[in-house]
Amino acid sequence: MNTLYKSVPVKSSEITPKSAYLSRRDFIKAAGVIAGSVALAACAPEVTSTPQAGSPAPAEAEGMTDEMGNKVNSYEDITHYNNYYEFTTDKQGVAGLAANFKTSPWDVEVSGLVNKPQTFSVDDLIKKFQPEERIYRLRCVEAWSMVIPWVGFPISKLLAEVEPTSNAKYLRFETIMSLDEMPGLKQPFYPWPYQEGLRMDEAMNDLAILATGLYGGELPAANGGGIRLVVPWKYGFKSIKAIIRIELTEEEPATMWSTIAPNEYGFYANVNPDVDHPRWSQASERRIGELSRRDTLMFNGYAEQVASLYEGMDLNVNY
Amino acid sequence: MKKTRFTPLQIIVHIGGWTPLAVIVYNFFTNNLTANPIQAIEQQTGVRALVFLLLSLACTPVSSIFGWKELTRRRKALGNYAFLYASIHVTTFIGLDYGFDLGAILRDVGTKWYIIVGLAAFLMLLPLAVTSFNYWMKRLGKNWKRLHKLVYVISPLVVFHFLLSVKGDLTRLQGNVLQPAVYGMIALLLLVLRIPAVKRKSIEIRDRMKANPFKVIRLNHPAD
Repeated sequence: MNTLYKSVPVKSSEITPKSAYLSRRDFIKAAGVIAGSVALAACAPEVTSTPQAGSPAPAEAEGMTDEMGNKVNSYEDITHYNNYYEFTTDKQGVAGLAANFKTSPWDVEVSGLVNKPQTFSVDDLIKKFQPEERIYRLRCVEAWSMVIPWVGFPISKLLAEVEPTSNAKYLRFETIMSLDEMPGLKQPFYPWPYQEGLRMDEAMNDLAILATGLYGGELPAANGGGIRLVVPWKYGFKSIKAIIRIELTEEEPATMWSTIAPNEYGFYANVNPDVDHPRWSQASERRIGELSRRDTLMFNGYAEQVASLYEGMDLNVNY
Repeated sequence: MKKTRFTPLQIIVHIGGWTPLAVIVYNFFTNNLTANPIQAIEQQTGVRALVFLLLSLACTPVSSIFGWKELTRRRKALGNYAFLYASIHVTTFIGLDYGFDLGAILRDVGTKWYIIVGLAAFLMLLPLAVTSFNYWMKRLGKNWKRLHKLVYVISPLVVFHFLLSVKGDLTRLQGNVLQPAVYGMIALLLLVLRIPAVKRKSIEIRDRMKANPFKVIRLNHPAD
């Protein structure tokens, strides 16, 4: 097995120091309040404390970088270039079609092999787990990538709340099927609902988060609001959007893309420049906003934190 | 008075030929080609090339079935527009996407079937475009027609290239297969209409239709 990972040594603690993101979030919130009050002063009696979805990102936020020094992508690019087939397969068209999608209130049911099955509202989760900013690279299986300032909390916190039983080995996530709001569900040839899965130890990794916000504000519908998964060392399609159900199981769950083409999309879908998609290359990628291609990094540059999860596994077989 | 130089169909063909390029250029400069403009140019020029290829392929059967003779004289222009968009498609891939880094192209996609099939189609289209001038038509004589039969190979290759480039699986009818499948069926139809027996039959149907438009419907009932 090839273990020559192009890893960049990064400790998880180096990802956005807490003091930095807290002060930044305060700044963003303040900026949002000012921007909001200016915009609404003329017509509205109330001012919300967070920037509204769809509002332009504060200028300060656009200068942020990930732990490798990569600049975050613009709010506009992040919210207007989305693979979200429940709306449309046209990435530029998602934002418009998702504009009226209701992301709040939002409930997530956690069930299956747990001692305390519960339904949580996203508002409660935010209160309980104090989401923090996580600037992650996102690498799409289509060989483009972005750097995105998510706001979220580790899934491990949610799991602690429901107490998985000893035979819970996997998590199965399911996206909402809102036929009235999601015109893309009428397209033929897709095995709806969208579903994804993680192995328990993958979900317990600190990098794996449930995101409830973006750029210090709400999580826009086009990016998977009310709540979505973000697993930055895996191809983007693993980071399932608009989750309504999380089920703990003993068996490896079926996933959307491995159902569509099992020989092309596996359960793990770890970013890996050495294991190509059978029909195209994964060796390089285009960072959105850049002209030339970059070499793709093993585990999307998170090898330090996640490579141990796959020790002894043949990544050519477990793609 | 002097004879009009351009027929309405000719004008439509040329406006239709340049409009998609104008739209792409306009969208490029107004930042409307998505956050990933290079891929958008690749995808849009690829589909345009296939559309013009199928339009050029449609001229002969439509002209013989419906008796619209002028179509055959527009075939060449449509084929050349297919080449125009295919050229931009290939140039964008090599030049913009990979910055003319042939080593990286070979390393990344040298063994990928979608590239091999697409490149083969383009390399076959190239001599057709070069010999599209009247000079070559006269010079090659009978061989010109033979050479240009390559389009019967090129079109299925282009559809196959499209199918290989999307996320999905046609054999399982899953994923993003609708578009390539529709283009594939149109290409298949246009090729089948060239089979002599099918061609004869379709002209026969047309003649009956002209004689009695209602009878043609009954033609399909063997019990008649």
